[in-house]
Order: sequence, then C-alpha cells, then structure tokens
Amino acid sequence: MRVKMMAAALTGLLAVSALAGCGDKGDDTGSGGGGDGKLVLGFSQVGAESGWRTANTKSIQDAATAAGYELKFSDAQGKQEKQIEAIRSFITQKVDVIAFSPVVTSGWDAVLKEAKDADIPVILTDRAVDSQDKTLYKTFLGSDFVKEGKEAGNWLVKQYEGKTDPVNVVELQGTVGAAPAIDRQKGFAEAIATNPNIKIVKSQSGNFTRAEGKTVMEGILQSTPKIDVLYAHNDDMGLGAIEAIEAAGKKPGTDIKIITVDAVKDGMTALSEGKINFIVECSPLLGPQLMDLAKKVKAGDTVDQRILTVETTFTQEQAKAALPDRKY
Amino acid sequence: MTILKNRLFWPAAILLALLIVNVFTSNQFITLQDGHLFGTLIDILRGSAPLILVSLGMTLVISTGGIDLSVGSVMAISGAVACLLIKDLGNQNAVGSVLLIMAVAIAVSAALGLWNGSLVAIVGIQPIIATLILMVAGRGLAQLITAGQIINVQSSPYATIATGFFLTLPVAFLIALAAIGLIAVLTRRTALGLLLESVGGSPSASRLAGIQAKRITVMVYVVSGALAGLAGLIYSANIKSADSIYAGNLIELDAILAVVIGGTALIGGRFSILGTVLGAVLIQTLQVTVVGIGVPSKATLLFKAVVVVVLCLSQSVTFREKVFGRFKSRPAVRAEVPA
Repeated sequence: MRVKMMAAALTGLLAVSALAGCGDKGDDTGSGGGGDGKLVLGFSQVGAESGWRTANTKSIQDAATAAGYELKFSDAQGKQEKQIEAIRSFITQKVDVIAFSPVVTSGWDAVLKEAKDADIPVILTDRAVDSQDKTLYKTFLGSDFVKEGKEAGNWLVKQYEGKTDPVNVVELQGTVGAAPAIDRQKGFAEAIATNPNIKIVKSQSGNFTRAEGKTVMEGILQSTPKIDVLYAHNDDMGLGAIEAIEAAGKKPGTDIKIITVDAVKDGMTALSEGKINFIVECSPLLGPQLMDLAKKVKAGDTVDQRILTVETTFTQEQAKAALPDRKY
Repeated sequence: MTILKNRLFWPAAILLALLIVNVFTSNQFITLQDGHLFGTLIDILRGSAPLILVSLGMTLVISTGGIDLSVGSVMAISGAVACLLIKDLGNQNAVGSVLLIMAVAIAVSAALGLWNGSLVAIVGIQPIIATLILMVAGRGLAQLITAGQIINVQSSPYATIATGFFLTLPVAFLIALAAIGLIAVLTRRTALGLLLESVGGSPSASRLAGIQAKRITVMVYVVSGALAGLAGLIYSANIKSADSIYAGNLIELDAILAVVIGGTALIGGRFSILGTVLGAVLIQTLQVTVVGIGVPSKATLLFKAVVVVVLCLSQSVTFREKVFGRFKSRPAVRAEVPA
C-alpha cells in the first residue's frame, strides 16, 4: 500500500511540476532590475486560452523586442493567485513598469497598493479592475466592448435605412457574465434602438465557442420562423452558426446576414468568401501601444486613465484586401 | 404499478415530456428535406452521438467501480491529431487516407486509455486521481498539438461522420447506434457483463474466483479512451476544425450524469447500457429544449438544474414514499401515538 501511495504522489508531483514548468519559463529571463539602463517591463498574462490571447502575447513580446525593452513575462494560467504572486515578484525585482491583464475584476487593491508604495507604475491591458481608488493604476489600455457592439448595430441600422419591413435579429451571446458579452449586447441594443423595425427575436448564449454556436443556431433555426440577421459576439460562434445555416439549406451572408466581432483570420476568411457580412475588429495587437505607454509612465508623463486599442471594422471588400496580412 | 417502479420510467417520462414541448416549439419536428430526414428530432439524435459514445465508455468504467475524468481531454487530443494529419494531406477528400487518420486518432485515444488503466490496475492509483492527471495534462497536450490555434480542415469525408446522412438517418447517430449494439451484445450475450459487475462488486473476490480482474480493469479504460476518441472525431468533424480548448470541455460531468440517470451504481457492480443511452439523449434534448423555448441565457443553467433535480428526486424511492405515501402512512403513525 505504501508503495502504491508513493507512486501516486510521485506521478502527481511530476504532473504538477511539468505544468508549473510551462508557466514559469518567462520569469527567469534576464537578471535584476534595469542595471544597464534598459526599461524593464513586468507583464502578467491571463493565460493562453484562445488564439486571440496567443496573438496578444506575441504582439507584446515582439513589441518589447522591437523597442529594446527587457520584458519579464509571466503566464497566470487563468488563476488570480498566480497573477498576484507574479506582480509581487515584479515588485521585489524592482521592475520599472508593471502591466497585466487581470484574470478577474475584483480583489486587486492590496497588491496594487504594494506596487504604488514601491513607486512602480501599473498599466492594465485588455481587461479592467473594479478598484474604487483610481490612483492605484496609471491607465487601462484595451478595447471598448460597448463601442464594438454599437459599431455592429450602426452598420445594421444603415443597411435597413428607409425600409419599413420588420427585421428579425438573432443574437448569439458570449459566456454569460463575461464583460465582452454584457457590453457587446448593450452597445448593439443601444444602436438598433434608433430603428423600431429592427427587433432581436432570440438571444441565446453560445459560450464563445464554435460547437455551441452551431448547436444553439440549429435550435434557433428550428424554432424561429423568420430570421434576417445574425449577430454573434465573436467570430467563432458565427463560424459555427454558418455550419448550422448551411445544413438547414440556407445561404449564410445572403439569406441571413451575419455580423460578428473579433476579426480573427478564420472569421476574415469567411467574410471575404461572402459568408459573413460585417466584422467589428477587437484587436489583440496592443503591444506597440503598451510599449509607448510604458515609456511615458516611466518618464512620469501624465497619460489618460482610459486608452482605446486602435481598431477598425471590415466589410467584405476590406476583408479581401486585409486577409493576406492577417497574422492571427 | 410495476412500470412505475422501473428505474427508467421517470427519465423516459421526462424525455417524452421534453420531446412533446419540442413538437410545439419547432417549425419542423421531423420532415423529409433534401433526401434525408430533417428537424429538431434529428438534430437531437445527431447532437447526442458524442455524449452517447463517451457515456457508454463511462458506464463500463463505472461498472468496475472506477471513473474516467479524462474523456474530455481525450476528445480534444483525438480531434487535434485527426485535423492536424488531415490538414497535411495533399487531397483532403481522399476517403482512404481520412479513414486511416481516424483509425490513428482512435488508436492514440485507446493508448491514452491504456495509460489510465495501467495507473489504476497495475500501479494501483485511485481512479479519480489517475484519470485527473490525463484530464489536466491531456488538454495541455491537445493545445500543444494545435499550437493553441484552431485547426480548420476542408475534408468532406471527415465532415460526413458528423453531418452526413445514410439511409435518411444521420451518420453520427448510426455510429453511436453501432457502438451501443456492439457493447450491448458483448456485455449481455457473453459473460463479459457478469465479469464487469463481479470486478465492480469486489475485485479481490473476483480474483480469488479466477477472474483476471486487472486485465478487465485495464480493458474498460482502453474502451473508454477509444470511445472518447471516436466522440472527439465527431465533435471536431461537426465544426470542421479542432478546438483544443473547448472540445469535450466538462463532458465528463454530463457523461457521469447520463450514467447515473440510467441507473448505474456509482460504486460499481451494476450497470445499464439502455439507461445510459436514455440519460445521454435526455441531456441533449434538455439542451435543445432550452434554446427552443427561449429560456434566457442567464437562467439556462438553473433551468437544467431544476429538471435534473426533479429527475433525481423522482428516482429516489425514499422521496417517492415520503411524498406519495404520506397519506397511507399517517394512520400507522397515529396508532403508535396513544401508546
């Protein structure tokens, strides 16, 4: 029995150490804090949960190399405690600037206070925190999800300008409770409120995934008599829904107009093929902007509390032009 | 009254009720379109195939007193392996190559099952811990195979296993049906079923009785791995891409639920293939119904939970006696009071 337990414990340990190995790799690159005059940036990433996130990480790493900064990169693997630990370690290493994409919105006050006391400026990327004390961080760099929803809605309103027929819209929401899902829904609803003919007839969660997007769309196609427009909170759900629409014998992009958010490569491909009609970009490529901000806060310049990622929207023609250079 | 006492009566009744709801909420419950059957019922049958396959494997594992938490990760690995290989094919529509690749993916999944089974039967690790290792590490492995990206394929033979039709019926459901038939025959027409239940009841007593308990245990994990691999192929063929992050995510819980609804004891020693299939179809029907009647996204999980709670309560003999037997038992209680 003892042998068995030893074996169990060993296997467990191996598994854990193997996992830890992946995440900690970035921590030990480079030594000490900025002895050679280079700007040292400590960055804690949420994890590697999607292609979007992978592109985000790569953009930050590439931009740091291009700017000649020393980047201390740490992967929190979706765990807040790991992220707090990483930030503490950045503080002890006396980095020049700390940046991170918070895993969750709450519970950051204590560690941010520590950074402030150590006189290290903090930049939030991609996701916000709900701290009451806004002096705990310098700025929040990221997309405005409400604006993305509005852009999607505005395009739709424009398409049906001057027409009086009712327009039935189906909405595929992201993960229930996630900030992008809440805000993209809100922005879209605000924009289409200007035209009383446009109505959301069904709104269901597809959990941001292709498979659920497809299953939910199958169900909606079966239970909704007339669908004119599909609005999906991300490309992947839209791509899943396209499969369901085709299986039902309808033509995506023609019989049902499709609007999505994100503009990842697969989504852009579908857009250029005419299966999607309009995509609002949610860009992960905020590396260069982050490096610029890091330099400014290090120098003590004042920066805006909220800075938007540079983003655009794509029609089918624009997608054809942009597709060859799409990296993610 | 005997039919009411059957364990499967209540799940079957709830399934029927949900199907009736769908008859009213859907435009086409079942019709003939483009030369094959089409409609909500067909969507349910097609959509439930991966869960049926995973739950079948889970039933066998649970019947020996074990559990397999790694099925979701195995699904992700299987889909990732298949899509990676198909993507590199010169002609993605070559039927022979695609079949060979699917066989490779299932073989890889069976090998992962062998790993699980060896940890449980030979090394002697608790099943929940042994399979937890692969559940966590396996998803990482799948992400490593796909480099964290979604791999797209354009292979019509591959897509056929999920979205194709044969004799007007969905291929995915026919695959599940074949697996059900094979396992039902093997466990109920041969001594295998008895051996499984015997190992689940008491491994040491089985060994003393001359049953190769270890070999049986390893075998069920291999079968569970292979079935999860097949389910992973159908899942990825359905969306023509390998999504290593979400494929099979949390399916182990749905599978365990299907097994429990079907009346298989979690402590092992007894199992029901038909019950498991009923449970899996019920879970899928519930998911389709949620969309059909338009339950708001925020209330979806609550709605599902309520149905499952009602189902579990209806299956509990004690609960039924307390609720329905109350009026009968009252005089008996009163008779005792004066004494």
